[in-house]
Amino acid sequence: MSTPDTVISPLDQAAISAAVDSALVAVGAATTLEALKEVRIAHTGDKSPLAVANRGIGQLAPQDKAQAGKNLGPARGRIAQALAARQEELEAERAERVLVEEAVDVTLPVTRRPRGARHPLESLQEQVADFFVGLGWEIEEGPELEAEWFNFDALNFGPDHPARQMQDTFFVESLTGSDDSGLVLRTHTSSVQARALLARDLPLYIACPGKVFRTDELDATHTPVFHQVEGIAVDKGLTMSHLVGTLDHFARTMFGQDVTTRIRPSYFPFTEPSAEVDLWFPQKKGGAGWIEWGGCGMVHPNVLKAAGIDPDEYTGFAFGMGLERTLMLRHGIADMHDIIEGDVRFSSQFGVDL
Amino acid sequence: MPRISLPWLADHVDLPQGLTAEQLAADLVRVGLEEEAIHSAGVTGPLVVGRVVSLVKEPQKNGKVINWCQVDVGDHGVAREDGGFDPRGIICGAHNFEEGDFIVAALPGAVLPGPFPIASRKTYGHISDGMICSQRELGLGEDHDGIMVLTRMGFSADELVPGSDALTLLGLHEEVLEINVTPDRGYCFSMRGIAREYAHSTGAVFTDQGVGEHLPPATDDGFAVTVADDAPIHGNVGCDRFVTRIVRGIDATRQTPRWMARRLEQAGMRPISLTVDVTNYVMLDLGQPLHAYDLSTLVEPVVVRRARPGESLTTLDSVRRELATEDLLITDSQGGQGARILGLAGVMGGAETEVSVSTSDVLIEAAHFDPVSVARTARRHKLPSEAAKRFERGVDPQLPAVAAQRVVDLLVEFGGGVADSRVSDVMTLPPMPVIKFSLRDPERLCGVAYSDEQVVAVLREIGCVVTAVAESLIVDVVPPSWRPDLTGAAELVEEVARLVGYDAIPATLPAAPAGRGLTAAQRTRRSVARALAEYGFVETLSYPFTSEAIRDDLMLPADDQRRASVRLRNPLQGDRGVMRTSLLETLVETARRNVSRGMVNIALSETGLVTLPSREIVDAPQLPPARTPEPEELQALLSAVPHQPRHVAGVMCGFQTEPGWWGPAQQWQWSDALDAAALVAERAGVDVRLQADTARAPFHPGRCAAVVTTDGVVVGHAGELHPQVCERLGLPARSCAFEVDLDALLSIRDGAPVQAHPVSTFPLAKEDLALVVDESVTVALVVDAVRRGGGDAVESVQLFDVYRGEQIGEGRKSLAVALRLRASDRTLTAQDTAAIRDAILAEAAERVGAELRG
Repeated sequence: MSTPDTVISPLDQAAISAAVDSALVAVGAATTLEALKEVRIAHTGDKSPLAVANRGIGQLAPQDKAQAGKNLGPARGRIAQALAARQEELEAERAERVLVEEAVDVTLPVTRRPRGARHPLESLQEQVADFFVGLGWEIEEGPELEAEWFNFDALNFGPDHPARQMQDTFFVESLTGSDDSGLVLRTHTSSVQARALLARDLPLYIACPGKVFRTDELDATHTPVFHQVEGIAVDKGLTMSHLVGTLDHFARTMFGQDVTTRIRPSYFPFTEPSAEVDLWFPQKKGGAGWIEWGGCGMVHPNVLKAAGIDPDEYTGFAFGMGLERTLMLRHGIADMHDIIEGDVRFSSQFGVDL
Repeated sequence: MPRISLPWLADHVDLPQGLTAEQLAADLVRVGLEEEAIHSAGVTGPLVVGRVVSLVKEPQKNGKVINWCQVDVGDHGVAREDGGFDPRGIICGAHNFEEGDFIVAALPGAVLPGPFPIASRKTYGHISDGMICSQRELGLGEDHDGIMVLTRMGFSADELVPGSDALTLLGLHEEVLEINVTPDRGYCFSMRGIAREYAHSTGAVFTDQGVGEHLPPATDDGFAVTVADDAPIHGNVGCDRFVTRIVRGIDATRQTPRWMARRLEQAGMRPISLTVDVTNYVMLDLGQPLHAYDLSTLVEPVVVRRARPGESLTTLDSVRRELATEDLLITDSQGGQGARILGLAGVMGGAETEVSVSTSDVLIEAAHFDPVSVARTARRHKLPSEAAKRFERGVDPQLPAVAAQRVVDLLVEFGGGVADSRVSDVMTLPPMPVIKFSLRDPERLCGVAYSDEQVVAVLREIGCVVTAVAESLIVDVVPPSWRPDLTGAAELVEEVARLVGYDAIPATLPAAPAGRGLTAAQRTRRSVARALAEYGFVETLSYPFTSEAIRDDLMLPADDQRRASVRLRNPLQGDRGVMRTSLLETLVETARRNVSRGMVNIALSETGLVTLPSREIVDAPQLPPARTPEPEELQALLSAVPHQPRHVAGVMCGFQTEPGWWGPAQQWQWSDALDAAALVAERAGVDVRLQADTARAPFHPGRCAAVVTTDGVVVGHAGELHPQVCERLGLPARSCAFEVDLDALLSIRDGAPVQAHPVSTFPLAKEDLALVVDESVTVALVVDAVRRGGGDAVESVQLFDVYRGEQIGEGRKSLAVALRLRASDRTLTAQDTAAIRDAILAEAAERVGAELRG
């Protein structure tokens, strides 16, 4: 490094060249931005030999000034260029180093906020609703605590009907002090049928997922509060064939294209002919077999009449499927307790959609 | 439900060789008789007939005497060198048999019900090479303790061969199919009916034993019977057929034949005595409930009448029952015409005139009763007897004479009795209805092109009389007497569909008219549920049943409106008969269950209905079935149903953020509950504000907000739970909760599409202000004042610091807010922002007494 006392003449090309060489070596030797900064001061700063020499140009004879300029200008330019290049190199190196230094363990736990989840029965009800909406049907709702008339009588279950006694009904205490409030917890979503038939215009295609109640004790396969989806269609020209077609399509949507269904004769007061729908279930405990999925049939003429509909002009079909059973079959749930107890470990397995 | 023994069924219909219970179930389900279970005796062989060759009594040290028996079991015995067999040695502790008796021996390898495997074992100094069985050990009955001696059970020594298979002899190899019978098919509570259905399913040859030929007609001297129903239900007389027959001289020592006893056992009935067993057997066989009276105790005439006020009866089950005036009774005339009650018609007999072991003369009753009357009486007295089960579903009214004849025949054959010539038959049966039936209806309802011939053939096969009307598709159909369920065209269509087979119905997807999709409310409910899940809540479902005890735990005041609730008359658990009026009542229990299982850091949500008693409490009217209600009737129905709004609620306990490398844990706190409630309102599209509510259970009085709409309607609450509530419920301290009436929110929303404000692209100006106010002034008031003062240019106001300290003074606080200011039409100048700032300070000073912090 040059010292202040060896002043270089602007006309001394050899000395200038030596100063440049010295500077370039210093630049090349600087391995950090801090070292480079010192090199810059030493070789381009006010006290650097070439800066001092440059200031000396003023004292030169006019005819020498041009030559001095030619000597010093490119020399200083080369140093500046070298400094800039090195600066860029060192900055790039530093940037890279910083990135390396800032590396983290990406396997650290990152979830600070808890993840929530939907209850699979609720997700299932939405999926079922979407299925029927996709068919052009609409989604209907009704109260869970219902007038007996809607739950039974409108559906052709008279007060003395044996089927009415078989429904394991929760009865509601009268608040008026009478013996009979005329109210029950709905035993099936079919009560919504009765309401919809009175309230809506024809043709009518509606589905109603919802809670229903029977006085069954909770065990692995029974629960006093469970869910059904009710479907009812009333139009001109509807037949059991349409019922079968709708249920087949529904079953395939719920259980996959390979599912097999069958209907077999059964009895419900509000449908005639009536049927139960079974699903073929290869994983059934104790060997492959049919598992009951729900009940269905052609809407009984008395039910249509109760809603002021002419059964000679219109026909309809209706069905009610158990959603717990659907969920259990689809997701391999062995015990009803898991569905109803609200343990967060259960719902969390399903995320926010099924 | 009925249990079918295959050999018994074969009495009525041809069954193929080797038919299994499983195949029978598959055949029956096609016509609508569903399998309930297949029962087997649970015994596997070798189980053989044995003859006790010798019996040595060996007293033991413990005082017991055991029998060391040599039992001839034929070729199941011990093989000799000469090719013959020696008896087996078997130890037996029972003493009701002797040398020479025929018994049943379970040999090593056999398995008895339990399961109880039999093996050779060393006991009492001998090798016991099998077991001599009692009825109980074979699952044949409970009431015989001793060894089964076959000759005492109706078997003759001639037919018993030592070593022959006892499984076959006792019917223990047979499987029994139990089926489920739907309420419309009462006739299937009989072998006759099931056999008919089997024939429908398979085409097998069916022989109807329920139609009688050569039945003796009623005689003038028949036991006098009077039907005096002065209060028919729905105009139907309680008894429209009453047949009596008399059998005299039944030998009381005669036993029920073994085959009959076995069939009764297989059907799930206990053999009692020959007379009772015969009536039960014929009921199971043909479907006609029957009753046998001790003739010597009866006084003519028998009167069928309704009960009178104050009457009572002790039934066969020894229960004394107070009778209702609607109960239909069988009475006789001891002490006056119809004065003594013999039984509840079609439900259960009385104890007094029951046949006993010494009865030799019996009166057999075979009657037909009104299903509704029987059903009501059975229900009223909680007596779902075999008779009631059949009558309430409908019994063939043509059966009584046939069934009574069968009983007479069996009592003569097996009881040594003599049929008396006296026969009575009171009959006021209405004719079967004539149904006008279009032969096109099956196709119209099923979508299958059945031919006219096919339809008529099916109807005739099930027993209908079909009369064609010339040149018309309409035929007259008279159902058979055993099918009271066939009341209209739809019922006949089902018969056609099920006999041809439901599998003939093709699948066609109907094309519904274009729908409108989900309603706005349905979509919003999904948004709310999804938003809460994404916020961190795990959705749960709880039963809507709660108790007053929970309400006490939630510290609901005695006069809280939420205590006014609807109750169940028959809850599953006595204390759980209250319908919830808020979701938190049941959701806190779900939280508690999680906490008790170790999940202490949780956020649970639930969406569901709550039940609020109607303002005007009325019972729902009883309207007739299947009739369109008048508008005012419909209104009465609808208004009797309590209001059941849909609520959404959440409970949060413990940490929302666990401690970690990022720093310390963060508790769920009151503010999160408020945030969640606000989120619900936001997703529902309703503007709400939160305001302090210091008196709302179950919340902390200082940490609870009411969720209030801009119209001042309170739609929910949120905050920290009261410390005592957490303690009582066993929830972690400082647990939080919220509950919002979602339906109320949805009803407030006008549903109009959101109108967009233009987005200003002019530059943002930022301004911070520290405002000093009294401690009592809420942040909401200050922010409100700032917004009002700043006008339209205020894009947002964010509180970023609250400071209390000496510089501010006692009872005061400094609220630091960051303002973002932007005009919609120009760049705000320094003068503009200064002016806005001044306006804000002026407004804040006036509204909340704020001073700029110096």
